[in-house]
Amino acid sequence: MSDYKYPKIDKKSKAPAFRERMSGNEAVSYAIRQIDPDVIAAFPITPSTEIPQYISKYKADGKISTEFVTVESEHSAMSACIGASASGVRAMTATSSAGMALMYELLYVAASDRLPVVMAAVNRALTGPININADHSDSMGARDSGWIQIYSENAQEAYDNMLMAHRIGEHPDVKLPVMICQDGFITSHAIENILLESDEFAKEFVGEYTPEKFLLNTKESLGVGPYGISPYYMEAKRGQEQAMENAREVIAQISKLYSDATGRLYDFFEAYRMDDAEYAILIMGSASGTAKDAVDNLRAEGKKVGLIKLRVFRPFPFDKIAQALSKVKGLAIMDRSEGFSASGGPLGAEVRSALYGRVDGIKTINYIYGLGGRDMRVRDFEDIYAEIMAIKADEIPELYKYYGVRER
Amino acid sequence: MSKIDLMKHVNEQSPWQDVTQGTHVYGSGNSEFFNTGDWRTSIPKWHPESCKQCLLCFPVCPDSSIIVREKKREDFDFFHCKGCGICAKVCPFGAISMHEEGGEA
Repeated sequence: MSDYKYPKIDKKSKAPAFRERMSGNEAVSYAIRQIDPDVIAAFPITPSTEIPQYISKYKADGKISTEFVTVESEHSAMSACIGASASGVRAMTATSSAGMALMYELLYVAASDRLPVVMAAVNRALTGPININADHSDSMGARDSGWIQIYSENAQEAYDNMLMAHRIGEHPDVKLPVMICQDGFITSHAIENILLESDEFAKEFVGEYTPEKFLLNTKESLGVGPYGISPYYMEAKRGQEQAMENAREVIAQISKLYSDATGRLYDFFEAYRMDDAEYAILIMGSASGTAKDAVDNLRAEGKKVGLIKLRVFRPFPFDKIAQALSKVKGLAIMDRSEGFSASGGPLGAEVRSALYGRVDGIKTINYIYGLGGRDMRVRDFEDIYAEIMAIKADEIPELYKYYGVRER
Repeated sequence: MSKIDLMKHVNEQSPWQDVTQGTHVYGSGNSEFFNTGDWRTSIPKWHPESCKQCLLCFPVCPDSSIIVREKKREDFDFFHCKGCGICAKVCPFGAISMHEEGGEA
């Protein structure tokens, strides 16, 4: 690891955080205004459309100096971001669902070219059948693209994660693109109470981007994106893998820096009432809040239940997850997307893989829930806790099952 | 790092730690160091005794593999010549013939 100097943020000299109410889309746009990136290239798609709308208003009102490129597709949006980032500037985009799917080819290019593009991803089901509501199938489709993926429970987290994204991706030992995910409509459109940081604090935290190598450097020529013939391709991929491993340490450092400055705690995951928990749910995104209410209700009845809300999916914190779950007897892994492996969803596969050989014997069921915006209520999570608590010691539970699907 | 230094340090035997971040290419003109000559299946042969030095072959070579010095062509740059045969087609004097690579000239 290089001897990167993490900034010392003097919070006391800055204006304090202030209370507001806004949607996840507005919160992320507010962060983008504070970041004032050099280039934004985006194409509207529900439910992320509001983000480029807010950006164009900020631009029209003279509140940002960003070059806003109104491209004709998401394929072009990511291509423009790649070009801009390679030139040596900060580039951002926002998208959802089919828009992200149209970017897939370029997502891999941004990652392999080691360009720290930042995306506001607003999770929406992939077609088909055509659907505009929340699930994680879009970003889960991009989980192997080489992007860092950070998931947010609510507008506050989407805002905070966005202010941390650039420092993580732009770190010289990382240099990877970052996707800040929030759930479509549930988070992106619901108006919530939020604490916003001052512009001054946000700008200092995010800092300036000064890449060592960039295309618009007149003193040094550079080629980005060369053909990677077979004698080089594997070495390139191994380099990307190392960057993702390095990102673990960088995410830990930046999250701590942000947590210390704001008092809002961020780590790879949130362990909610896990201290003596015997039964746990592991989940990502907006439904975590609902599940926490179920934990509180069951705790009030004396049941030893807890919850792990995963924030960082890529890189996957397998060691910490195994450690956090080492004491539980029963576990429900909640997947808001299908993997069609006919053995569960992507989160289920990762978590089981993290546990295997480290922590064995946990009675685990992988649930597929909330696809295409299917609602999850507090009592649904209470049901799930009841199901995993009912697994007998000598019983091998179902590998995976759907929750909340109508059955005959 | 200059392009010469880079080519010394990054090659097909380099461990992954030495390959540049994002396989970025530092410096320009590096293609000069790449042996495209080993792509050849046909090889041109120059017959100086038939050559009138009209230089029609030189501008049509897609790989700049016909070396011209003081307005006269010399033999091919076989490190870069891919053996496309355009030079042989354009030569009005039969001063370039094509042969199987590795075969008898």
